[in-house]
Amino acid sequence: MAEWIDAKPKNKAAAWLEERLPVIGLVNNVVGVDTPTPRNLNYWWNFGSLAGLMLMVQIISGIVLAMHYTPNTLMAFDSVERIMRDVNYGWLIRYMHANGASFFFIAVYIHILRGLYYGSYKAPREVLWMLGLVIFLLMMATAFMGYVLPWGQMSFWGATVITNLFSAIPVVGDSIVTLLWGGFSVDNPTLNRFFSLHYLLPFVITGVVILHIWAKKVSDSGNPLGIDVKSSADQIPFHPFYTVKDAFGAAVFFAIFALFLFYMPNALGHPDNYIPADPLVTPGSIVPEWYFLPFYAILRSITFDIGIPFTDVVIIPAKLLGVIAMFAAIIVLFFLPWLDRSKVRSGKFRPMFRWFFWFLVIDMVVLTIVGGKKPEGIWPVIGLIGTAYYFAHFLIVLPLLAKFEKTLPLPESIANPVVKAAE
Amino acid sequence: MSTINETIEGEEGATRRDFLHVAATGLGGVGAVMAAWPFIDQMNPAADTLALATVEVDLSAIGVGEAIKVMWQGKPIFIRHRTAKEIEEARSVDMSELVDKQSDAERVQEGRAEWLVVTGICTHLGCVPVGTSDGEDKGDFGGWFCPCHGSHYDTAGRIRKGPAPKNLAVPTYAFLNDTTLQIG
Repeated sequence: MAEWIDAKPKNKAAAWLEERLPVIGLVNNVVGVDTPTPRNLNYWWNFGSLAGLMLMVQIISGIVLAMHYTPNTLMAFDSVERIMRDVNYGWLIRYMHANGASFFFIAVYIHILRGLYYGSYKAPREVLWMLGLVIFLLMMATAFMGYVLPWGQMSFWGATVITNLFSAIPVVGDSIVTLLWGGFSVDNPTLNRFFSLHYLLPFVITGVVILHIWAKKVSDSGNPLGIDVKSSADQIPFHPFYTVKDAFGAAVFFAIFALFLFYMPNALGHPDNYIPADPLVTPGSIVPEWYFLPFYAILRSITFDIGIPFTDVVIIPAKLLGVIAMFAAIIVLFFLPWLDRSKVRSGKFRPMFRWFFWFLVIDMVVLTIVGGKKPEGIWPVIGLIGTAYYFAHFLIVLPLLAKFEKTLPLPESIANPVVKAAE
Repeated sequence: MSTINETIEGEEGATRRDFLHVAATGLGGVGAVMAAWPFIDQMNPAADTLALATVEVDLSAIGVGEAIKVMWQGKPIFIRHRTAKEIEEARSVDMSELVDKQSDAERVQEGRAEWLVVTGICTHLGCVPVGTSDGEDKGDFGGWFCPCHGSHYDTAGRIRKGPAPKNLAVPTYAFLNDTTLQIG
């Protein structure tokens, strides 16, 4: 565990300030650029800082867009088009913000999968993991509300479908939906409040990110071997070693980001959102942004009621069950530290877990594809199987693996990673 | 040990203090909830939103077998001039086949069975089903089809297949005369 270190700045002015307000020590203790860090972090460890950078890109570009955007149903679409055509570099900043959301999710999804593979959720990092999931939930809410703001067809109908999820709640569902809308349909009051919250939530995310980094500082970084740091020989200072590695990763990541930004800025979007919102016409197919597709597939996969067999009594209607399944898909991750009780953290030393990890990744890809298809023919069946497998992975496979899997011998230390053959 | 004894001995005096604590905290809590309510209720529909008037629709232009869409309270309303065959189809369905059991007669006004008036919002997740305009997919039961998640409605606007739990809602409406309908 990291200890609280008193920073004694060498600079006189800084020392003077530190005596009166120990802010340098606070920042150093929470973020800890000098922190000793495991020496064996691979490139999968880059995606945390990349996500942080994308958060900054989104906040800066978003603040600028808010200076030109009008949150009113009559003017929102036109104000976005004005940003695209008339505002100096408006096209660049808006494309940066729209594609930035996608790249933020790319970084975060890889970051989460890294955590799943290397067991980053296991003791003593449970709180660190759960704070990350809170960030993920906040990001989804923020991205959803941001997508509504241009007031195109997908904005309007996406907002309608997602807010209607809450109508599945028994008894109070419809009142909650009216409360969310501020009317009897998605309309101007809805757009106004979404704009307000879309501006607020990124700063809430920033706050939770600080807690997330602090929790990482307290429980130390994990590492690809998943074993604890034994001595200083296992560590190197974060700066300059990982600052340089992160900077290199960021250059590569931003190069790919730039490729989308400048050469295919609409590849990840939906053309229907360039049609102004029309409450009387639902688009042929409502498709969420790609990063929501697996959860959308889970929502749609459930088309059967749960009731008492051989009677008409319905206990949980299909609509509510679908909504429960979708939220449960994320809630289950909060319980992951207690579902996977295997003492070995890293998938590197878990030969069976490794297979199932990749099955889960394939399952997520399949669900992403299903989420983008019309619910016809074979797709709902595949969606249902994919949903069942998703939950089976966390609720059945992981607990059983922890019991029956024969793990490989762990290395002695990070500095001495080669396991000596038994003599 | 002495501290425990002291607490017991001091119980008489602490009771009054405890009471004040509980009373003050309780009242403060009530105050906090009351202060929070305006901030929650401001999200509900405002007075001007609630004051949305009724809508009058001229039915004379809708031929038999045709349907139109009108806006009411920001929502689409489907008005369908049904053919005798469509009414017959809706009336001949066995109730046991229905998800949300309602007879056709319950969903239209007596003597005006040719007019079906329903809210054009899918009861699944709020999309507008297609099937009102000519050439649109009317679904497997000749009524409406919701393209979002594949719900099929019949010629009485009842859910027959797909994830939607309920029939299309019937709004409050009245015939002012043979060709004028008032919604709301």
